[in-house]
Amino acid sequence: MDFDKELDARGLNCPLPILRCKKGLAEIDNGQVLKVVATDPGSVKDFQAFCKQTGHEMLSLEENDQAEKKEFIFHIRKRI
Amino acid sequence: MAKKLALIASKGTLDWAYPPFILASTAAALDYEVQIFFTFYGLTLLKKDVSDLKVSPLGNPGMPMPVPMPNLMQMIPGMESMATMMMKQKIANKGVASIEELRAACLESGVKLIACQMTVDLFDFKPEDFVGGIEFGGAATFFEFAGESDVNLFI
Repeated sequence: MDFDKELDARGLNCPLPILRCKKGLAEIDNGQVLKVVATDPGSVKDFQAFCKQTGHEMLSLEENDQAEKKEFIFHIRKRI
Repeated sequence: MAKKLALIASKGTLDWAYPPFILASTAAALDYEVQIFFTFYGLTLLKKDVSDLKVSPLGNPGMPMPVPMPNLMQMIPGMESMATMMMKQKIANKGVASIEELRAACLESGVKLIACQMTVDLFDFKPEDFVGGIEFGGAATFFEFAGESDVNLFI
């Protein structure tokens, strides 16, 4: 999936992935897509809750079992 | 209109420093307007240097220990430093943010940090003891914001 900016949040724990994501979204234009890679299992629910409350759109949520530590990959479109 | 979160931070140990700063920084990321009112031992969390925050196993039977031991043993000199050191190591190993980092995130995202003027005077703290960008106020100041907040927590 295409994206405009990528954020590596691997190894970070709550609430850092969300805080970094918020910062990342501030650095792209409305409607652009931020890709976030996290390893915190709690980030799945947290990112869904974040999008629901802020109006940004979660385009996709994928899991990568091949990585050394399971990765969760989010594509988030900044609200217009 | 933005939702509002009002917190009272009343404790000054390393473990109790986390809830107010985690909730405040996250709420700010969720576009909340946030104020934290620091009173009594919570004022410690506003000091310029928060690297000496400690966690005490004494009187805290819920604290996970590497080996089980009677709580009375925790009063032995050095136990507090050891517990603090172990906690800090765990925090770093698990990718948990430091208090400095969370506090900076709060200030950056516009969270208002208010030091309780009465307890500042009570403990003879000086304004220059504290990190920049904070305000001073009393109970009425807190209620001005808390009275119209969606979430109010005492920590």
